[in-house]
Amino acid sequence: MADTALQLGIVGAYMVVALAVGVVAYRLTDRTAEDYYLASRTLGTVVLLFTTFATLLSAFTFFGGPNLAFSAGPEWILVMGLMDGIIFAVLWYVLGYKQWLVGKRHGYVTLGEMLGDRFGSTALRVVVATVSLFWLFPYVMLQQKGAGQAIVGLTNGAVPFWVGAGGITLFMILYVTLSGMRGVAWTDTLQGLFMLSLIWVAVAWVLSAVGGAGEATALLASEEPAFVGLGGGLYTPQFIISTAVSIAFGVTMFPQINQRFFAAGSKKVLKRTFALWPVLVLLLFVPAFMLGAWAAGLGITVPEGGNVIPALLGEYTPTWFTALVIAGAMAAMMSSSDSMLLSGSSYLTRDLYRPLTGRDDASDRETDRREALIARVGVVAFATLSFVASLYTPGTLVQIGDTAFSGFAQLTVPVALALYWQGTTRSGMYAGVIGSQVFYGLHVFPLIATVGGLLGLDVALPTAYLGWTPGVVGILVGLVLTVAVSLVTAPAATENRTAYAVSGIESD
Amino acid sequence: MSTVRAAGWTVVALVLMALAVPWFLWDTSAIAAGLPVWLWWHIGWMALASVVFAVFARTDWGLGVEEVQ
Repeated sequence: MADTALQLGIVGAYMVVALAVGVVAYRLTDRTAEDYYLASRTLGTVVLLFTTFATLLSAFTFFGGPNLAFSAGPEWILVMGLMDGIIFAVLWYVLGYKQWLVGKRHGYVTLGEMLGDRFGSTALRVVVATVSLFWLFPYVMLQQKGAGQAIVGLTNGAVPFWVGAGGITLFMILYVTLSGMRGVAWTDTLQGLFMLSLIWVAVAWVLSAVGGAGEATALLASEEPAFVGLGGGLYTPQFIISTAVSIAFGVTMFPQINQRFFAAGSKKVLKRTFALWPVLVLLLFVPAFMLGAWAAGLGITVPEGGNVIPALLGEYTPTWFTALVIAGAMAAMMSSSDSMLLSGSSYLTRDLYRPLTGRDDASDRETDRREALIARVGVVAFATLSFVASLYTPGTLVQIGDTAFSGFAQLTVPVALALYWQGTTRSGMYAGVIGSQVFYGLHVFPLIATVGGLLGLDVALPTAYLGWTPGVVGILVGLVLTVAVSLVTAPAATENRTAYAVSGIESD
Repeated sequence: MSTVRAAGWTVVALVLMALAVPWFLWDTSAIAAGLPVWLWWHIGWMALASVVFAVFARTDWGLGVEEVQ
């Protein structure tokens, strides 16, 4: 019981520090949307690097990923390195830098705004926001679920799941409605550094107890020889490539990541962040996932529904350290979720509420005030609904997460075409965005099998095409549809085809 | 000229992606200095990617993204 109190004390103290940062940021935030959502496009290198990084990290880094390494081998490091360190970095330049230039020129705050303006279409804006919010929802739920599980694991069930998940939800609502992007970015930096340090201390601790990396890996090789070899089991080349591509493309279109493309302070910030990215990815995922893999050689048993990292640390480190790592994991979940809530609420207010209530993008004191309220109401509603869902939804963290990532990944190709190919038409965008979503959605949700079942037919879509996941095939469907329909349709009269022509000179 | 450079960097980016996973070490389970050899390759490759990205940012940043005036 004393342990539980200590552990909860550490987690609680951590949250108080984060909240204090939020309050300081709140005092510096003025009441405009651009400042609330983008910190007035002023983020510097360290803050942008860590806020993007911390936002990418989630329950998966500490729980789902190491669990996977524990059960299937550490090759998942390669997936993360390829997708996050390299493909995402390239997209950071190709899409992110372009969006930053375009966003700065026209004052865009959301992806939907950017596309709606170029294609002269409010409907497109609404569609993109709706699709984004639809996939964002399970992902926020995933974080809450992770938080609930973490608390249950930490306290051996003394604190029930709903209290843990609910507590985190409440904290996030308070925090996000208060502080906006500036506070979120600052605490992300704090949280990112905290997580990174913790995971390395954890590695040092465990390895010194077992006699070094050589010893740990030798144990792994004797227990699970296949884990040390590259490939095998879950890991086929198609799996590695499919997963890396769909997650990298998905990450780029996640509202909270995509919106960060608009928030950089200068070109120099984007350049530095871009170059540091692969190293940062390496520094985090190699230790986190190797811990999971080594645990397999150390004969760690993971309780049903539990996670390997807490189990491993419980075996080799004192209670207070395990509690710190759990706090780090909570930090990871919160830094993802607070950003998601903030971005989700910007999509909700700017791309759904505004157009659907017939308001234009004019900004006056009255509109700003009403929207500030709507944004916060949106945050509360969204977080509460996903919390309720987290109490009931079955499925493991990885599955839910992967569904959301691939859902977002379907948007990447149409957006890239819109940014770079002036021949893209409004109809082409509709076809590409909606077509790929329908294709992917039909594979994720058993709609066809259900309808077929009602008619007495046994039909189902394939779960893979020559080993490639529907998520990746859907990306190609989106490409073909956007290009083909754009080629055969004429641009609508209200399109602004040169909206994205930017020189880069004005940006310095 | 800039088209050639853009094509060159595209190739570089594709190579960086293609070899982030050491496909030629598939099924190899050799261990060196406490970690599987394929992991060492990946670590080295990511460090290399960082250096390449830094060189790109210094020399040709804006290529293909900023419109030529």
